Amino acid sequence: MTTTESQTSTHPSGTKGVSRRGFIGALVVAPTLTAVVMSSDAHAGLLDPITDPVADTLGDLIPDLGLPEAADIVDLGDLLILSDAPFRYNMRIEVTPDNRVYFELPRLEKGQGISTAAASILADEIGARLADVDVELSDARLDRPFTVTGSSSNVRALWEPIRTVAAGLRARLVTAAANQWGADPFSLVARDTMVVHPDGRTLTFGELTNAASQIIQITTNAALRDPSDYTIIGRPQGRIDARDIVTGQAEYALDLQVPDADPTVIARAPDIGGTVASFDATAALAMPGVIAVAQVSSGVAVVARTYHEAFQGRDALAITWNPGPLATTSDEDIRNTLRSADVELVPSGGLFTKTIDATFEFPYVAHAPMEVMSAVADVRSDSAEIWYGSQTPVIALQAVALAIGLPQSSVTLHVPRSGGAFGRRLFYEPAVEAAEISKAVGQPVKLMWTRNDDTRHGRFRPMSINRVRARMVGRNVITFDHRMTAAELDLGHGFGEILTAAAGQTLPAGFSQTAFHTTVSVPYDFGVVTQLLTEVPIPVPTSSWRSIYSGTVITSNEIVVDRMARRLRKDPVAFRRDKLSDERPIAVLDRAAEMADWGRSMPSGVALGVAIHVEYRSTCAYVVELDTNPEIPRVTNVWVAVDVGRAINPKGLEAQMQGVVSDAITTVLRVGNRLDDGRIREGSYGDFLWARMDHTPFDVQVDVMPPTTGEPGGAGELGYPTCAAAIVNAYTQATGQEPNRFPIFRPDIPDYSEVTG
Amino acid sequence: MNVQPVTVNGTTTDVDAPDDFPSLYLMRDVIGVTGPKYGCGVGICGACTSHLDGEAFRPCVTPVSDTVGKQITTIEGLASPDGTLHPVQQAWIDEDVAQCGFCQPGQIMAAVDLIANNPDPSDADIDQAMRNNVCRCGTYPRIRKAIKRAAAAMR
Repeated sequence: MTTTESQTSTHPSGTKGVSRRGFIGALVVAPTLTAVVMSSDAHAGLLDPITDPVADTLGDLIPDLGLPEAADIVDLGDLLILSDAPFRYNMRIEVTPDNRVYFELPRLEKGQGISTAAASILADEIGARLADVDVELSDARLDRPFTVTGSSSNVRALWEPIRTVAAGLRARLVTAAANQWGADPFSLVARDTMVVHPDGRTLTFGELTNAASQIIQITTNAALRDPSDYTIIGRPQGRIDARDIVTGQAEYALDLQVPDADPTVIARAPDIGGTVASFDATAALAMPGVIAVAQVSSGVAVVARTYHEAFQGRDALAITWNPGPLATTSDEDIRNTLRSADVELVPSGGLFTKTIDATFEFPYVAHAPMEVMSAVADVRSDSAEIWYGSQTPVIALQAVALAIGLPQSSVTLHVPRSGGAFGRRLFYEPAVEAAEISKAVGQPVKLMWTRNDDTRHGRFRPMSINRVRARMVGRNVITFDHRMTAAELDLGHGFGEILTAAAGQTLPAGFSQTAFHTTVSVPYDFGVVTQLLTEVPIPVPTSSWRSIYSGTVITSNEIVVDRMARRLRKDPVAFRRDKLSDERPIAVLDRAAEMADWGRSMPSGVALGVAIHVEYRSTCAYVVELDTNPEIPRVTNVWVAVDVGRAINPKGLEAQMQGVVSDAITTVLRVGNRLDDGRIREGSYGDFLWARMDHTPFDVQVDVMPPTTGEPGGAGELGYPTCAAAIVNAYTQATGQEPNRFPIFRPDIPDYSEVTG
Repeated sequence: MNVQPVTVNGTTTDVDAPDDFPSLYLMRDVIGVTGPKYGCGVGICGACTSHLDGEAFRPCVTPVSDTVGKQITTIEGLASPDGTLHPVQQAWIDEDVAQCGFCQPGQIMAAVDLIANNPDPSDADIDQAMRNNVCRCGTYPRIRKAIKRAAAAMR
């Protein structure tokens, strides 16, 4: 059985929207070497067949002895990767005659740098220059159902499959060169997008691709390269799309020139979940530029020549709204519901026992990516084409098909790059809405949510109350308990396709518990540790927010660790080091402390704070320098040490560790969202005061540790709770205050401390 | 008919629009220049920042009549016609500033304006000048470095 097929291809690199079915169906002699690996037991024809990857991998993961905490053994990233295991080689890599290596990336590029990381892995393994690799985002593919860009799992998931397929292609290219030269294939090396003979002769991959595609017998080694041979992996690389971005050529959904797709907006209810009772479009339809009006499930859509005219048409609609399900509900009601939820902590007290209790309240927080939600749709009677930057493209396609009554096989969903996501694009409302509108008005549309739509009708990190109780005898911690009570987190996207999504939708509690216990863990030797989640269904739409539960759980835990150290009169760094036994978090803790010159004397009102985090097979430590002299304290410097096992692109990793700093500043020191009689108050960046240049540090120094495990871990969500806790710990160090409610400040609410303090 | 000659990156297009039609939607939806982004539509996020006769402006809140007879430069028109990047664009690549990239056309155009008015901006100057542009990915530390790098290269 061979699953690496040679195929006719005229695919020009970087071209959008080329039909893939042509390649997949065609098994003819080809001019180019292309790996289109298709079947569910695919293994690129190179390795032993994978019989039961889930069981095998689980077997490797689970040690003989007990389970300290689930996430230490099998974390959610493992589950995501395992669910995808039978399909993981379903990817497309092509070597073109013009000496380009083309890769169809089965993930969403949303700024996290996955395109560059994937290109780096591919280039190094196949032996190409990074500059010769082209990456295009894959359409949704029904034969790759578990495609999820989330839980910091991308590099972890792609690391082995890309190398395996690339190594097979390299072996073919080397064999082709050996045949042409009559040389010993083992004497040849692939590098710089060519095969090099010991005497200095070279053949480019482009010159070899035709012959390589016709090889029946590979005569050389297709084993993975030894890491000591890497020339790209592990070395800092700039983003491969940097030039496109700085010249304005990078195309997001609404920049695509889809023929006849007209600007479209939706008049939405003032209430979350409000619906249309009746409407009159006479005036709107008479407005200049307005083309069509149609009622859809979420409101009344207006299609126009320009967005300005669409806004004016929307404002001219006369609509009577039905109230939403939360019309009489406000923040305080939800907070009281969570406060009164029945949560059992281990009893306090005990002989010679010190108990530390802490309760933290976190508000709803919108994702607020720079690119508002948007989608382009062209729905015909027998087919549909959708453009939507989705973290879960397969279930997005399935939802579109269901909404417009077409078979899934008749729907194509293209995935353009997106301007941020942070968990928001795990859901796909805009794709479904755009398809509904296109069907209703009988023409292609490009739907944009306004900034106010994006915030007020978006999704949120759920409001939560996190209770922590630590009990200590002498200097030993004997129990550590965390009870998270939260508005229910919507995990209805499942693992990216409709079956696990159905589980997420119909058995939300079971799914949430799995997600909770496979993400949060306590890395310290704290005796008996229990962490439990209680969720309350509340109809405010939610979605994971740069982590699933860790954003609030780890932040709370790391604040309590500092409080424990203070209670014992121990230095926070020394206390952590004393309670850690794994050398990886100890190493990053020590490194960050060293970088920050921990323990130095500080000016009045200025202090350092520290926190660590272990998740995604990675670990990091943050030290934050906070100046509490301004009215709103300012983080002035940050030092980070991070160990991801093996960094693919240290420069991209550094960017992720820097980026979370403004998330942490924003959510700890500046904003949250308030629900007021069923409506979200904040609408735009004018009242949802996201951190800007003058709120953020002058420098964020990041030290990437040398490879430890050798396997890349996750990074995108790793730094957020770490930095958030470090800011709070610095604040307490500077002021003596122990905040229990976040954000600590609200620059948009003058009397915030009195309002709900 | 109310024809307005709009000049974007050296090319003039006659568009039929009322005087108060916001420049951003003419550029994006009629002329097809998509470098300036919609981020808020009310002049508070900076994602559409471009230049009008060499000075930073917000097309989303600028009526088309204010641009007639003037030169609009967007991110697409910043590099030389031969493809040589503006020093600020080059600094953005050298510092690997962008993450999602959506705000960066506006950030770059704001930074060009800053350096044109202040060839050696301090941290406080950068805070003041760049506070009107939101970056949701948090690329601020690299923006700061890129501005200093570009300013040094241009002095």
